[in-house]
Amino acid sequence: MSKTEITAEPGIPLIVMTRDFDAPRDLVFRAYTEPQLLVRWLGPRDLTTTVDRYDVRDGGRWRYVQRDPEGNEHGFHGVFHGAPSPEAIVQTFEYEGVPGHVMLETTTFEERGGTTLVRTVSSFQSVADRDGMVASGMERGVHEGDERLCELLARLQVG
Amino acid sequence: MAADRLSLVFGALADPTRRAILTRLTEGEATVAELAAPFRVSQPAISRHLKVLEAAGLISRSRRATARLSRLEAEPLREVTTWLARYQRFWDESHERLDDLLAALQAADQGGHNE
Repeated sequence: MSKTEITAEPGIPLIVMTRDFDAPRDLVFRAYTEPQLLVRWLGPRDLTTTVDRYDVRDGGRWRYVQRDPEGNEHGFHGVFHGAPSPEAIVQTFEYEGVPGHVMLETTTFEERGGTTLVRTVSSFQSVADRDGMVASGMERGVHEGDERLCELLARLQVG
Repeated sequence: MAADRLSLVFGALADPTRRAILTRLTEGEATVAELAAPFRVSQPAISRHLKVLEAAGLISRSRRATARLSRLEAEPLREVTTWLARYQRFWDESHERLDDLLAALQAADQGGHNE
């Protein structure tokens, strides 16, 4: 059972992702904005993330590169809009493998009873961009096993 | 899968009646009358849903005597699942790592040696 909920509605160029973390909001915010912490969690374990720049302020630029075990490099960059705070981080996001397809990402942090709900809304320029991003932008060459159709339909009903 | 085909599949899956039809077809082929039975909608309405599913490649249709049989085609569904599963896996694994990191940072704070 996945704790990270991802919703991609048909026909709408958005992906909404929510996840609860067992930590206070300020700490989760630090993990999202301090490069030395970010590289310790962003991406699956077999990817190595290197932060090129992470200028966490209004108009500040960010860029990181992820390397897979085969040595392929994937660069990502963007700009922060408004001063990032534990209330919200607003930033653009562009995968360098598909330049020109820019997405706008808003991440909010809501603390309740010692846990923090992180909600990220990714807005794409078009539905085709969103579908393409999911299909290729986070490409890892993972070979997915076939899933049983009934489980799949159950999930689609929920999603 | 091409993005436009993905949109067709998503569009077809967006409707609860069509998802219920697909679920029914996992049990085997069915006629329009059989598919319409559990719903409070007319057979022509079911036929319209079947056309959408057929256009998305989710079902194929054949004839047996005077009845039209619908049959589930699983491949596009598998492709859609793979599409989201890869993205889901990326974030699942990232967030599990973040869980571990947050736990380590809090333990370090409590131990008095802040990172």
